Amino acid sequence: MRKCVVTVVGKDTVGIIGRVCTYLAENKVNILDISQTIVQDYFNMMMIVDVTKIEKDFSVMGKELETLGEEIGVKINIQREEIFEKMHRL
Amino acid sequence: MINMYEVSETNKMIEHENLDVRTITLGISLLDCIDSDLEVLNNNIYNKITTVAKDLVSTGKDIEEEFGIPIVNKRISITPISLIGAAACKSAEDFVTIAKTLDRAASTVGVNFIGGYSALVNKGMTQSDEYLIRSIPQALAQTERICSSVNVGSTKCGINMDAVRLCGEIVKQTAEATKDNDSLGCAKLVIFCNAPDDNPFMAGAFLGVTEADAIINVGVSGPGVVKKALEEVRGQGFEQLCEMIKKTAFKVTRVGQLVAGEASRRLHIPFGIIDLSLAPTPAIGDSVAEILEEIGLERVGAPGTTAALAMLNDQVKKGGVMASSYVGGLSGAFIPVSEDQGMIDAVNAGSLTLEKLEAMTCVCSVGLDMIAIPGKTSASTISGIIADEMAIGMVNQKTTAVRLIPVIGKDVGDTAEFGGLLGYAPIMPVNEFGCEDFINRKGRIPAPIHSFKN
Repeated sequence: MRKCVVTVVGKDTVGIIGRVCTYLAENKVNILDISQTIVQDYFNMMMIVDVTKIEKDFSVMGKELETLGEEIGVKINIQREEIFEKMHRL
Repeated sequence: MINMYEVSETNKMIEHENLDVRTITLGISLLDCIDSDLEVLNNNIYNKITTVAKDLVSTGKDIEEEFGIPIVNKRISITPISLIGAAACKSAEDFVTIAKTLDRAASTVGVNFIGGYSALVNKGMTQSDEYLIRSIPQALAQTERICSSVNVGSTKCGINMDAVRLCGEIVKQTAEATKDNDSLGCAKLVIFCNAPDDNPFMAGAFLGVTEADAIINVGVSGPGVVKKALEEVRGQGFEQLCEMIKKTAFKVTRVGQLVAGEASRRLHIPFGIIDLSLAPTPAIGDSVAEILEEIGLERVGAPGTTAALAMLNDQVKKGGVMASSYVGGLSGAFIPVSEDQGMIDAVNAGSLTLEKLEAMTCVCSVGLDMIAIPGKTSASTISGIIADEMAIGMVNQKTTAVRLIPVIGKDVGDTAEFGGLLGYAPIMPVNEFGCEDFINRKGRIPAPIHSFKN
Protein backbone atom coordinates (compact mmCIF):
# COMPACT_ATOMS: atom_id res chain seq x y z
CA MET A 1 0.00 0.00 0.00
CA ARG A 2 1.29 3.48 -0.88
CA LYS A 3 -0.38 5.89 1.45
CA CYS A 4 -0.72 9.58 0.73
CA VAL A 5 -2.31 12.50 2.48
CA VAL A 6 -4.63 14.80 0.55
CA THR A 7 -5.27 18.14 2.18
CA VAL A 8 -7.94 20.59 1.08
CA VAL A 9 -7.98 24.06 2.60
CA GLY A 10 -10.00 27.11 1.58
CA LYS A 11 -13.27 28.98 1.72
CA ASP A 12 -16.23 26.68 2.19
CA THR A 13 -18.58 26.14 -0.72
CA VAL A 14 -21.05 23.53 -2.00
CA GLY A 15 -19.63 20.29 -3.36
CA ILE A 16 -15.96 20.37 -2.37
CA ILE A 17 -15.90 16.83 -0.99
CA GLY A 18 -17.98 15.59 -3.92
CA ARG A 19 -15.66 16.95 -6.56
CA VAL A 20 -12.47 15.87 -4.84
CA CYS A 21 -13.82 12.36 -4.21
CA THR A 22 -15.04 12.06 -7.80
CA TYR A 23 -11.59 12.94 -9.09
CA LEU A 24 -9.95 10.44 -6.74
CA ALA A 25 -12.41 7.69 -7.71
CA GLU A 26 -11.84 8.31 -11.42
CA ASN A 27 -8.13 7.89 -10.85
CA LYS A 28 -8.39 4.69 -8.81
CA VAL A 29 -7.34 6.33 -5.58
CA ASN A 30 -8.88 4.55 -2.58
CA ILE A 31 -9.91 6.70 0.37
CA LEU A 32 -9.00 5.16 3.73
CA ASP A 33 -9.89 7.94 6.13
CA ILE A 34 -11.44 11.40 6.01
CA SER A 35 -11.54 14.08 8.66
CA GLN A 36 -12.99 17.48 8.03
CA THR A 37 -13.80 20.63 9.99
CA ILE A 38 -14.98 24.13 9.28
CA VAL A 39 -13.35 26.92 11.26
CA GLN A 40 -14.70 30.45 10.67
CA ASP A 41 -16.05 29.61 7.23
CA TYR A 42 -12.80 27.91 6.30
CA PHE A 43 -13.02 24.41 5.02
CA ASN A 44 -10.27 22.10 6.20
CA MET A 45 -10.10 18.49 5.10
CA MET A 46 -7.54 15.76 5.37
CA MET A 47 -7.85 12.42 3.61
CA ILE A 48 -5.61 9.41 3.91
CA VAL A 49 -5.63 7.63 0.59
CA ASP A 50 -4.02 4.65 -1.08
CA VAL A 51 -2.45 5.36 -4.47
CA THR A 52 -1.18 1.85 -5.23
CA LYS A 53 -3.47 1.47 -8.24
CA ILE A 54 -3.04 4.85 -9.90
CA GLU A 55 -2.13 4.79 -13.57
CA LYS A 56 -1.05 8.39 -13.95
CA ASP A 57 2.29 9.78 -12.94
CA PHE A 58 2.21 11.01 -9.34
CA SER A 59 3.33 14.49 -10.38
CA VAL A 60 0.60 14.68 -13.05
CA MET A 61 -2.01 13.86 -10.44
CA GLY A 62 -0.56 16.47 -8.12
CA LYS A 63 -0.90 19.10 -10.84
CA GLU A 64 -4.44 18.02 -11.77
CA LEU A 65 -5.53 18.23 -8.13
CA GLU A 66 -3.98 21.67 -7.94
CA THR A 67 -5.97 22.76 -10.99
CA LEU A 68 -9.14 21.25 -9.58
CA GLY A 69 -8.50 23.19 -6.39
CA GLU A 70 -8.19 26.43 -8.34
CA GLU A 71 -11.55 25.72 -10.02
CA ILE A 72 -13.27 25.17 -6.68
CA GLY A 73 -11.40 28.00 -4.97
CA VAL A 74 -9.47 25.87 -2.48
CA LYS A 75 -5.91 24.65 -2.16
CA ILE A 76 -5.39 20.92 -2.68
CA ASN A 77 -2.15 19.12 -1.93
CA ILE A 78 -1.24 15.48 -2.22
CA GLN A 79 1.85 14.30 -0.39
CA ARG A 80 3.33 10.93 0.51
CA GLU A 81 2.38 10.06 4.07
CA GLU A 82 5.96 9.49 5.19
CA ILE A 83 6.76 13.19 5.46
CA PHE A 84 4.21 13.53 8.28
CA GLU A 85 4.93 10.13 9.76
CA LYS A 86 8.67 10.81 9.97
CA MET A 87 8.26 14.29 11.39
CA HIS A 88 5.72 13.46 14.08
CA ARG A 89 6.41 9.84 15.06
CA LEU A 90 9.53 8.33 16.57
CA MET B 1 -2.52 7.31 12.32
CA ILE B 2 -1.45 10.83 11.45
CA ASN B 3 -3.95 13.43 12.59
CA MET B 4 -5.08 16.67 11.07
CA TYR B 5 -3.19 18.85 13.51
CA GLU B 6 0.12 17.20 12.60
CA VAL B 7 -0.55 17.46 8.89
CA SER B 8 -1.40 21.12 9.11
CA GLU B 9 1.61 21.83 11.31
CA THR B 10 3.96 20.31 8.72
CA ASN B 11 2.31 22.12 5.84
CA LYS B 12 2.33 25.41 7.73
CA MET B 13 6.09 25.03 8.21
CA ILE B 14 6.53 24.47 4.48
CA GLU B 15 4.14 27.13 3.22
CA HIS B 16 4.59 29.94 5.70
CA GLU B 17 7.86 29.38 7.55
CA ASN B 18 10.23 28.53 4.70
CA LEU B 19 10.88 24.94 5.76
CA ASP B 20 12.89 23.33 3.03
CA VAL B 21 15.69 20.93 2.34
CA ARG B 22 18.46 23.31 1.45
CA THR B 23 20.54 20.98 -0.63
CA ILE B 24 21.01 17.45 -1.86
CA THR B 25 24.71 17.33 -2.56
CA LEU B 26 26.04 14.40 -4.51
CA GLY B 27 29.66 13.75 -3.61
CA ILE B 28 31.64 12.25 -6.49
CA SER B 29 35.17 10.95 -6.12
CA LEU B 30 37.36 11.90 -9.07
CA LEU B 31 40.36 9.84 -7.95
CA ASP B 32 39.80 7.32 -10.75
CA CYS B 33 39.89 10.13 -13.34
CA ILE B 34 43.55 10.94 -12.71
CA ASP B 35 45.80 10.90 -15.77
CA SER B 36 49.06 12.62 -16.62
CA ASP B 37 47.62 13.85 -19.91
CA LEU B 38 45.56 17.00 -19.31
CA GLU B 39 43.12 16.36 -22.13
CA VAL B 40 42.45 12.78 -21.04
CA LEU B 41 42.02 14.00 -17.46
CA ASN B 42 39.49 16.64 -18.52
CA ASN B 43 37.54 14.07 -20.54
CA ASN B 44 37.56 11.60 -17.66
CA ILE B 45 36.26 14.24 -15.25
CA TYR B 46 33.49 15.36 -17.59
CA ASN B 47 32.39 11.80 -18.30
CA LYS B 48 32.38 10.70 -14.68
CA ILE B 49 30.37 13.67 -13.42
CA THR B 50 27.83 13.59 -16.22
CA THR B 51 27.36 9.83 -15.76
CA VAL B 52 27.10 9.62 -11.97
CA ALA B 53 25.00 12.79 -11.62
CA LYS B 54 22.79 12.45 -14.67
CA ASP B 55 19.61 11.76 -12.68
CA LEU B 56 20.37 13.98 -9.68
CA VAL B 57 18.24 16.97 -10.64
CA SER B 58 15.24 15.00 -11.93
CA THR B 59 15.25 12.71 -8.88
CA GLY B 60 15.36 15.75 -6.61
CA LYS B 61 12.40 17.19 -8.45
CA ASP B 62 10.41 13.95 -8.16
CA ILE B 63 10.99 13.84 -4.40
CA GLU B 64 9.92 17.47 -4.11
CA GLU B 65 6.66 16.74 -5.87
CA GLU B 66 5.82 13.53 -4.06
CA PHE B 67 6.47 14.79 -0.56
CA GLY B 68 5.53 18.40 -1.13
CA ILE B 69 8.79 19.67 0.34
CA PRO B 70 10.95 22.13 -1.58
CA ILE B 71 14.51 21.02 -2.24
CA VAL B 72 16.17 24.31 -3.00
CA ASN B 73 19.47 23.15 -4.46
CA LYS B 74 20.86 20.08 -6.13
CA ARG B 75 24.63 20.25 -6.12
CA ILE B 76 27.81 18.29 -6.59
CA SER B 77 30.94 18.08 -4.48
CA ILE B 78 34.13 16.51 -5.79
CA THR B 79 37.56 15.38 -4.64
CA PRO B 80 39.87 18.39 -4.14
CA ILE B 81 41.11 19.27 -7.61
CA SER B 82 44.69 19.96 -6.46
CA LEU B 83 45.01 16.18 -5.98
CA ILE B 84 43.23 15.23 -9.19
CA GLY B 85 45.22 17.63 -11.36
CA ALA B 86 48.61 17.04 -9.72
CA ALA B 87 49.91 14.64 -12.37
CA ALA B 88 48.68 16.61 -15.39
CA CYS B 89 48.85 20.30 -14.48
CA LYS B 90 52.16 22.04 -14.96
CA SER B 91 50.87 25.57 -14.40
CA ALA B 92 47.99 27.56 -12.94
CA GLU B 93 46.57 27.90 -16.47
CA ASP B 94 46.36 24.11 -16.75
CA PHE B 95 44.17 24.06 -13.66
CA VAL B 96 41.86 26.67 -15.19
CA THR B 97 41.08 24.20 -18.00
CA ILE B 98 39.81 21.77 -15.35
CA ALA B 99 37.66 24.54 -13.86
CA LYS B 100 36.09 25.07 -17.26
CA THR B 101 35.46 21.34 -17.66
CA LEU B 102 33.77 21.23 -14.26
CA ASP B 103 31.63 24.23 -15.17
CA ARG B 104 30.56 22.52 -18.38
CA ALA B 105 29.74 19.27 -16.55
CA ALA B 106 27.72 21.17 -13.92
CA SER B 107 25.79 22.92 -16.64
CA THR B 108 25.10 19.63 -18.48
CA VAL B 109 23.61 17.93 -15.42
CA GLY B 110 21.78 21.10 -14.35
CA VAL B 111 23.29 21.79 -10.92
CA ASN B 112 23.83 25.39 -9.88
CA PHE B 113 27.11 24.84 -8.03
CA ILE B 114 29.92 22.32 -8.02
CA GLY B 115 32.30 22.49 -5.05
CA GLY B 116 35.77 21.08 -4.71
CA TYR B 117 38.03 23.36 -6.69
CA SER B 118 40.09 23.03 -3.57
CA ALA B 119 43.44 22.40 -1.95
CA LEU B 120 44.16 20.98 1.50
CA VAL B 121 47.34 22.65 2.67
CA ASN B 122 47.03 22.77 6.46
CA LYS B 123 50.64 21.70 6.92
CA GLY B 124 52.40 22.25 3.63
CA MET B 125 51.81 23.00 -0.02
CA THR B 126 52.83 20.79 -2.93
CA GLN B 127 53.67 22.44 -6.24
CA SER B 128 50.27 21.31 -7.49
CA ASP B 129 48.49 22.85 -4.48
CA GLU B 130 50.21 26.14 -5.16
CA TYR B 131 49.30 26.09 -8.87
CA LEU B 132 45.69 25.42 -7.97
CA ILE B 133 45.55 28.20 -5.38
CA ARG B 134 47.17 30.64 -7.81
CA SER B 135 44.63 29.66 -10.48
CA ILE B 136 41.61 30.43 -8.27
CA PRO B 137 41.10 34.08 -9.35
CA GLN B 138 40.97 33.16 -13.04
CA ALA B 139 39.03 29.95 -12.43
CA LEU B 140 36.32 31.86 -10.58
CA ALA B 141 36.30 34.74 -13.06
CA GLN B 142 35.98 32.48 -16.09
CA THR B 143 33.34 30.09 -14.77
CA GLU B 144 29.86 30.42 -13.36
CA ARG B 145 29.21 27.40 -11.16
CA ILE B 146 32.57 26.56 -9.57
CA CYS B 147 33.07 26.91 -5.82
CA SER B 148 36.55 26.92 -4.37
CA SER B 149 38.03 26.35 -0.95
CA VAL B 150 41.43 26.11 0.69
CA ASN B 151 42.03 24.41 4.03
CA VAL B 152 44.95 26.24 5.62
CA GLY B 153 44.87 24.97 9.19
CA SER B 154 43.78 22.23 11.55
CA THR B 155 43.90 21.38 15.22
CA LYS B 156 46.23 18.47 14.45
CA CYS B 157 48.69 20.37 12.24
CA GLY B 158 48.53 24.02 13.22
CA ILE B 159 48.19 26.86 10.71
CA ASN B 160 50.12 27.05 7.46
CA MET B 161 50.93 30.75 7.53
CA ASP B 162 52.54 30.64 4.07
CA ALA B 163 49.16 29.52 2.74
CA VAL B 164 47.37 32.16 4.82
CA ARG B 165 49.60 34.85 3.29
CA LEU B 166 49.00 33.50 -0.21
CA CYS B 167 45.23 33.26 0.36
CA GLY B 168 45.03 36.92 1.39
CA GLU B 169 46.55 37.79 -1.98
CA ILE B 170 44.29 35.33 -3.80
CA VAL B 171 41.15 36.79 -2.21
CA LYS B 172 42.29 40.22 -3.35
CA GLN B 173 43.08 39.03 -6.88
CA THR B 174 39.74 37.21 -7.12
CA ALA B 175 38.00 40.44 -6.12
CA GLU B 176 39.90 42.30 -8.86
CA ALA B 177 39.17 39.63 -11.46
CA THR B 178 35.43 39.84 -10.77
CA LYS B 179 35.17 43.55 -9.94
CA ASP B 180 32.50 44.15 -12.59
CA ASN B 181 30.10 42.04 -10.51
CA ASP B 182 30.85 43.54 -7.09
CA SER B 183 33.74 41.08 -6.68
CA LEU B 184 31.30 38.17 -6.76
CA GLY B 185 34.11 35.62 -7.22
CA CYS B 186 35.02 35.99 -3.54
CA ALA B 187 31.54 34.76 -2.58
CA LYS B 188 32.59 31.42 -4.05
CA LEU B 189 35.89 31.15 -2.21
CA VAL B 190 36.18 29.85 1.36
CA ILE B 191 39.34 29.61 3.48
CA PHE B 192 38.97 26.86 6.11
CA CYS B 193 40.43 25.52 9.30
CA ASN B 194 39.41 21.90 10.12
CA ALA B 195 37.33 21.57 6.93
CA PRO B 196 35.03 18.53 7.09
CA ASP B 197 35.17 15.90 4.33
CA ASP B 198 31.42 15.62 3.94
CA ASN B 199 30.04 19.16 4.03
CA PRO B 200 27.11 19.52 1.60
CA PHE B 201 26.90 23.33 1.83
CA MET B 202 28.49 25.65 -0.69
CA ALA B 203 30.78 27.37 -1.21
CA GLY B 204 32.93 25.13 0.99
CA ALA B 205 31.76 21.68 -0.13
CA PHE B 206 34.25 19.11 -1.35
CA LEU B 207 34.43 15.32 -1.12
CA GLY B 208 37.32 14.28 1.08
CA VAL B 209 39.64 11.44 0.13
CA THR B 210 38.32 9.35 3.02
CA GLU B 211 34.90 9.16 1.33
CA ALA B 212 33.29 6.55 -0.93
CA ASP B 213 33.13 6.73 -4.72
CA ALA B 214 29.78 8.51 -4.62
CA ILE B 215 27.68 9.59 -1.68
CA ILE B 216 24.52 11.57 -0.92
CA ASN B 217 24.85 14.30 1.71
CA VAL B 218 21.87 16.45 2.60
CA GLY B 219 21.73 19.86 4.22
CA VAL B 220 18.53 20.83 6.01
CA SER B 221 17.52 24.28 7.04
CA GLY B 222 14.62 26.03 8.74
CA PRO B 223 15.46 29.21 10.65
CA GLY B 224 11.91 30.42 9.97
CA VAL B 225 10.42 27.35 11.62
CA VAL B 226 12.55 27.78 14.75
CA LYS B 227 11.73 31.50 14.95
CA LYS B 228 8.00 30.80 14.72
CA ALA B 229 8.15 28.02 17.32
CA LEU B 230 10.03 30.27 19.73
CA GLU B 231 7.24 32.85 19.60
CA GLU B 232 5.24 30.32 21.63
CA VAL B 233 7.70 30.41 24.55
CA ARG B 234 8.21 34.16 24.73
CA GLY B 235 9.03 35.23 28.28
CA GLN B 236 9.46 31.67 29.54
CA GLY B 237 12.59 30.13 31.09
CA PHE B 238 15.66 28.69 29.38
CA GLU B 239 14.41 25.14 29.94
CA GLN B 240 11.28 25.77 27.87
CA LEU B 241 13.29 27.72 25.29
CA CYS B 242 15.85 24.95 24.83
CA GLU B 243 13.20 22.23 24.68
CA MET B 244 11.39 24.11 21.94
CA ILE B 245 14.56 24.53 19.85
CA LYS B 246 15.38 20.84 20.24
CA LYS B 247 11.90 19.67 19.28
CA THR B 248 11.84 21.90 16.23
CA ALA B 249 15.33 20.91 15.12
CA PHE B 250 14.28 17.28 15.47
CA LYS B 251 11.29 17.74 13.17
CA VAL B 252 13.26 19.68 10.58
CA THR B 253 16.05 17.11 10.55
CA ARG B 254 13.62 14.20 10.15
CA VAL B 255 12.49 15.72 6.88
CA GLY B 256 16.11 15.85 5.74
CA GLN B 257 16.62 12.23 6.74
CA LEU B 258 13.55 11.19 4.77
CA VAL B 259 14.68 13.06 1.66
CA ALA B 260 18.23 11.75 1.98
CA GLY B 261 16.99 8.18 2.26
CA GLU B 262 14.71 8.55 -0.76
CA ALA B 263 17.42 10.19 -2.87
CA SER B 264 19.89 7.50 -1.91
CA ARG B 265 17.44 4.69 -2.78
CA ARG B 266 16.39 6.18 -6.11
CA LEU B 267 19.88 7.10 -7.28
CA HIS B 268 21.43 3.86 -5.98
CA ILE B 269 24.07 5.88 -4.19
CA PRO B 270 24.77 5.39 -0.47
CA PHE B 271 23.60 7.94 2.09
CA GLY B 272 26.42 9.82 3.78
CA ILE B 273 25.28 12.35 6.34
CA ILE B 274 22.72 14.95 7.21
CA ASP B 275 24.12 18.38 7.90
CA LEU B 276 21.65 19.76 10.41
CA SER B 277 22.20 23.42 9.96
CA LEU B 278 20.17 26.54 10.32
CA ALA B 279 21.01 28.12 6.99
CA PRO B 280 19.37 31.48 6.40
CA THR B 281 18.40 33.01 3.05
CA PRO B 282 17.72 36.64 2.20
CA ALA B 283 13.96 35.85 2.25
CA ILE B 284 11.95 37.56 4.97
CA GLY B 285 11.37 35.18 7.88
CA ASP B 286 14.29 32.90 7.00
CA SER B 287 16.83 34.48 9.29
CA VAL B 288 19.09 33.25 12.10
CA ALA B 289 19.37 36.86 13.33
CA GLU B 290 15.60 36.93 13.87
CA ILE B 291 15.84 33.80 16.05
CA LEU B 292 18.44 35.50 18.22
CA GLU B 293 16.23 38.56 18.46
CA GLU B 294 13.25 36.36 19.37
CA ILE B 295 15.39 34.87 22.15
CA GLY B 296 15.63 38.37 23.60
CA LEU B 297 18.18 40.59 21.88
CA GLU B 298 17.10 44.00 20.67
CA ARG B 299 19.47 43.55 17.73
CA VAL B 300 22.04 40.94 16.84
CA GLY B 301 25.42 42.19 18.02
CA ALA B 302 24.09 43.44 21.36
CA PRO B 303 25.72 42.07 24.53
CA GLY B 304 24.37 38.55 25.06
CA THR B 305 24.56 37.68 21.36
CA THR B 306 27.41 35.19 21.72
CA ALA B 307 25.72 33.40 24.62
CA ALA B 308 22.40 33.22 22.81
CA LEU B 309 24.08 31.89 19.68
CA ALA B 310 26.07 29.31 21.66
CA MET B 311 22.88 28.03 23.20
CA LEU B 312 21.02 27.99 19.88
CA ASN B 313 23.83 26.14 18.13
CA ASP B 314 24.03 23.51 20.86
CA GLN B 315 20.28 22.89 21.06
CA VAL B 316 20.01 22.56 17.28
CA LYS B 317 22.61 19.79 17.43
CA LYS B 318 21.00 18.08 20.41
CA GLY B 319 17.62 18.06 18.73
CA GLY B 320 18.90 17.05 15.33
CA VAL B 321 21.30 14.28 16.27
CA MET B 322 18.58 11.83 17.25
CA ALA B 323 16.58 12.55 14.11
CA SER B 324 19.23 11.25 11.74
CA SER B 325 21.19 8.03 11.50
CA TYR B 326 24.37 9.88 10.53
CA VAL B 327 25.10 13.52 11.23
CA GLY B 328 28.10 15.32 9.84
CA GLY B 329 29.23 18.27 7.78
CA LEU B 330 29.12 21.59 9.57
CA SER B 331 25.90 21.13 11.59
CA GLY B 332 24.94 24.23 13.54
CA ALA B 333 23.81 27.79 12.96
CA PHE B 334 25.27 29.67 10.01
CA ILE B 335 25.75 33.39 10.46
CA PRO B 336 26.40 34.81 6.99
CA VAL B 337 25.79 38.53 6.70
CA SER B 338 24.63 39.01 3.12
CA GLU B 339 22.34 35.98 3.15
CA ASP B 340 20.41 37.00 6.26
CA GLN B 341 18.15 40.06 6.30
CA GLY B 342 18.34 40.33 10.09
CA MET B 343 22.15 40.42 10.00
CA ILE B 344 22.10 43.08 7.28
CA ASP B 345 19.68 45.19 9.33
CA ALA B 346 21.90 44.80 12.40
CA VAL B 347 24.95 45.99 10.45
CA ASN B 348 23.03 48.95 9.07
CA ALA B 349 21.77 49.85 12.55
CA GLY B 350 25.36 49.92 13.83
CA SER B 351 24.82 46.97 16.16
CA LEU B 352 26.91 44.31 14.45
CA THR B 353 30.63 44.72 13.79
CA LEU B 354 33.31 42.50 12.29
CA GLU B 355 34.82 42.03 15.75
CA LYS B 356 31.50 40.88 17.25
CA LEU B 357 31.02 38.51 14.33
CA GLU B 358 34.45 37.07 15.04
CA ALA B 359 33.43 36.41 18.64
CA MET B 360 30.23 34.76 17.42
CA THR B 361 32.21 32.41 15.19
CA CYS B 362 33.71 30.81 18.31
CA VAL B 363 30.30 29.28 19.02
CA CYS B 364 28.54 29.04 15.65
CA SER B 365 28.91 26.31 13.05
CA VAL B 366 31.41 27.97 10.76
CA GLY B 367 32.91 31.43 10.58
CA LEU B 368 33.14 34.89 9.07
CA ASP B 369 30.76 34.38 6.20
CA MET B 370 29.69 36.55 3.29
CA ILE B 371 31.05 39.75 4.75
CA ALA B 372 31.67 42.65 2.37
CA ILE B 373 34.64 44.83 3.28
CA PRO B 374 36.17 47.90 1.58
CA GLY B 375 37.90 47.09 -1.71
CA LYS B 376 40.98 49.01 -0.59
CA THR B 377 41.65 46.53 2.27
CA SER B 378 45.19 45.21 1.83
CA ALA B 379 46.03 41.56 1.19
CA SER B 380 47.98 41.38 4.46
CA THR B 381 44.99 42.66 6.45
CA ILE B 382 42.79 40.00 4.81
CA SER B 383 45.44 37.41 5.71
CA GLY B 384 45.39 38.75 9.27
CA ILE B 385 41.62 38.27 9.50
CA ILE B 386 42.01 34.77 8.05
CA ALA B 387 44.75 33.93 10.58
CA ASP B 388 42.57 35.09 13.49
CA GLU B 389 39.68 32.95 12.33
CA MET B 390 41.92 29.93 11.73
CA ALA B 391 43.32 30.31 15.26
CA ILE B 392 39.80 30.16 16.69
CA GLY B 393 39.14 26.94 14.79
CA MET B 394 42.49 25.39 15.64
CA VAL B 395 42.29 26.05 19.37
CA ASN B 396 38.59 25.21 19.75
CA GLN B 397 38.82 22.05 17.62
CA LYS B 398 36.02 23.24 15.38
CA THR B 399 35.58 24.16 11.75
CA THR B 400 36.03 27.83 11.04
CA ALA B 401 36.03 29.58 7.71
CA VAL B 402 36.45 32.96 6.10
CA ARG B 403 34.45 34.16 3.13
CA LEU B 404 35.27 37.85 2.82
CA ILE B 405 34.45 39.99 -0.17
CA PRO B 406 36.69 43.02 -0.59
CA VAL B 407 34.40 44.87 -3.01
CA ILE B 408 36.64 46.69 -5.46
CA GLY B 409 35.66 50.35 -5.88
CA LYS B 410 33.36 50.38 -2.86
CA ASP B 411 33.84 51.58 0.68
CA VAL B 412 32.00 51.81 3.99
CA GLY B 413 28.55 53.26 3.35
CA ASP B 414 28.14 51.47 0.01
CA THR B 415 26.26 48.23 -0.62
CA ALA B 416 27.38 45.22 -2.65
CA GLU B 417 24.78 43.24 -4.63
CA PHE B 418 25.43 39.55 -5.27
CA GLY B 419 21.95 38.44 -6.30
CA GLY B 420 19.89 35.32 -5.63
CA LEU B 421 20.65 33.24 -2.55
CA LEU B 422 23.88 35.19 -2.03
CA GLY B 423 21.93 38.37 -1.26
CA TYR B 424 23.40 41.83 -0.71
CA ALA B 425 25.63 43.33 1.94
CA PRO B 426 26.56 46.67 3.40
CA ILE B 427 30.34 47.22 3.31
CA MET B 428 31.65 46.80 6.86
CA PRO B 429 34.58 48.74 8.27
CA VAL B 430 37.85 46.90 8.95
CA ASN B 431 40.43 47.84 11.57
CA GLU B 432 42.95 49.89 9.61
CA PHE B 433 46.05 49.20 11.69
CA GLY B 434 48.47 46.91 9.85
CA CYS B 435 49.74 43.39 10.53
CA GLU B 436 52.17 43.08 7.63
CA ASP B 437 55.24 42.09 9.65
CA PHE B 438 53.26 39.30 11.30
CA ILE B 439 51.87 37.98 8.04
CA ASN B 440 55.25 38.20 6.27
CA ARG B 441 56.88 35.73 8.65
CA LYS B 442 57.52 32.43 6.89
CA GLY B 443 56.46 28.96 8.03
CA ARG B 444 53.61 27.76 10.17
CA ILE B 445 52.04 28.18 13.57
CA PRO B 446 52.60 24.90 15.46
CA ALA B 447 49.70 22.68 16.50
CA PRO B 448 48.26 23.57 19.92
CA ILE B 449 49.24 21.51 22.97
CA HIS B 450 45.81 19.90 23.33
CA SER B 451 46.14 18.29 19.90
CA PHE B 452 48.57 15.73 21.33
CA LYS B 453 46.01 13.22 22.47
CA ASN B 454 47.72 10.01 21.34
